[in-house]
Amino acid sequence: MTQKKRTFTILVLGMILGVLAWGAFNWSLELTNTEQFCISCHEMRDTPYQELQETIHFSNRTGVRATCPDCHVPKEWIYKVIRKIKATNELYHHFIAHDVDTPEKFEAHRLELAQHVWKTMKETDSRECRNCHNFDSMDFDRQEERSANRHEEAIDNGYTCIDCHKGISHHLPEGYEPDTPGGDDEGDDNEEDE
Amino acid sequence: MKMKTTVIAALMASSLLISLGTTAFSAEKVASLRGTHDITAKSKKPSKKKLILEEGGFERSYKLQPPLIPHKVSKYRITIKNNGCLKCHDKKHHKREHAPMVGRSHFLTRDGKKLDHVSSRRWFCTQCHAPQLNARPLVKNEFEGWSPCKREECYR
Ligand code: HEC
Ligand code: HEC
Ligand code: HEC
Ligand code: HEC
Ligand code: HEC
Repeated sequence: MTQKKRTFTILVLGMILGVLAWGAFNWSLELTNTEQFCISCHEMRDTPYQELQETIHFSNRTGVRATCPDCHVPKEWIYKVIRKIKATNELYHHFIAHDVDTPEKFEAHRLELAQHVWKTMKETDSRECRNCHNFDSMDFDRQEERSANRHEEAIDNGYTCIDCHKGISHHLPEGYEPDTPGGDDEGDDNEEDE
Repeated sequence: MKMKTTVIAALMASSLLISLGTTAFSAEKVASLRGTHDITAKSKKPSKKKLILEEGGFERSYKLQPPLIPHKVSKYRITIKNNGCLKCHDKKHHKREHAPMVGRSHFLTRDGKKLDHVSSRRWFCTQCHAPQLNARPLVKNEFEGWSPCKREECYR
């Protein structure tokens, strides 16, 4: 009987501890998942944050905003944890390597950094954009003609947001060549009548 | 002593004149683009104007006019490193974006040499091309365009 009771107490205690640990884990996950946290590093405050402020994702007609984690950290728990583990790499560069700690160094690495983000977004079919935007909810009649045209193409051909919308929230890196999909690339009708 | 009183009198007279002068001046209404609105009073709040989206582009009023921009532009940045407009209007990309290519003059250098990329003289697009707001002109304007001039005919 007492044996059973003991097992029971241990189980209950374990559960409580478990819940607490779990809570603490998620709590710290959430603490590090705010814009305030992201821009507590000057690397992020000095460049990406300043640039974001010029864009529609910072201030717009309806007053709905996107913060850093909205675009850079997945919403689903398991992807979020994976992203957080990868972020230790960023801590390494901040605390030890110091290779992006001035705007100049940041600029020098920007193409590489941006390419990482593009690659990830391409692989996830722009999952973070789609947490807020959705083709099904877009009223093409209320968009500019050139937006609607391209979006119809995108749906037909399975293009993803980041294929066309690079540089929507930060300045594009030097050396970036526009590479939106569709049509023929070398459209050269420059010579037709000369 | 005599000298001193004269100086003081002269000073007083001139300051009186100056103060009279300034009151007379500020009482006078000056007509400007704000009408005869008192200079020191607060301006009337201007109404907010919406950008005009013109499908197919605006008509041009004369040959070699830099065409007006028929779409939103606030999201495009032009910096030393990148030009957001060329994403759609460059020779290489305009077809897939269904956008007109920049004018051929944009590839010429100052001495008429033809480049394979947009000349630095034409880098800052918004120096010549501007979007339009739905606003009435502040001053009456009797300018008449050079005949109805459509995109195709008007160019070159
Ligand atoms: C937290 C929600 C959120 C996320 C995440 C988000 N957006 Fe947005 N986006 C918005 C809001 C809100 C607007 C402004 C809507 C308005 O007021 O017109 C907007 C506007 C835009 C516009 C219109 C730009 C303009 O100037 O008209 C584009 C393009 C866009 N988003 C693309 C993206 C892409 C690409 C991503 C992913 C990298 C993304 N968004 C992620 C909420 C979000
Ligand atoms: C094939 C290229 C392409 C793809 C893929 C694409 N867009 Fe766009 N989108 C455009 C173009 C071109 C415009 C208009 C010009 C601009 O925004 O620079 C536009 C405009 C927009 C606008 C502003 C609409 C308006 O008229 O005010 C939003 C919002 C937007 N896109 C969101 C998205 C989201 C979210 C995705 C992914 C689900 C996406 N787009 C995928 C090309 C694309
Ligand atoms: C609307 C979505 C969105 C928001 C909000 C956003 N980013 Fe980004 N971020 C991107 C995209 C997309 C890229 C890939 C590069 C590009 O297209 O400009 C990127 C790239 C980056 C890069 C790589 C370097 C570079 O400039 O390309 C860093 C660092 C970064 N973001 C940090 C931040 C920080 C910090 C915040 C918050 C202050 C933030 N981002 C907010 C979408 C976003
Ligand atoms: C997302 C693609 C895109 C971007 C970026 C873009 N444009 Fe356009 N632009 C178009 C399209 C498409 C048209 C044709 C619109 C129409 O005819 O309805 C156009 C039309 C124009 C025209 C009118 C041409 C004529 O012959 O009437 C001018 C001028 C122009 N754009 C200038 C600019 C400038 C300057 C910028 C940068 C600030 C810019 N565009 C950025 C797609 C774009
Ligand atoms: C110095 C003034 C100037 C600058 C800077 C300039 N343009 Fe033009 N643009 C013109 C003039 C003038 C025309 C009409 C004559 C011509 O096509 O050369 C024109 C024509 C155009 C057309 C219409 C071409 C057609 O075939 O209908 C487009 C599109 C255009 N410009 C886009 C741009 C873009 C994008 C930039 C920036 C990269 C730019 N312009 C910079 C003066 C300028």
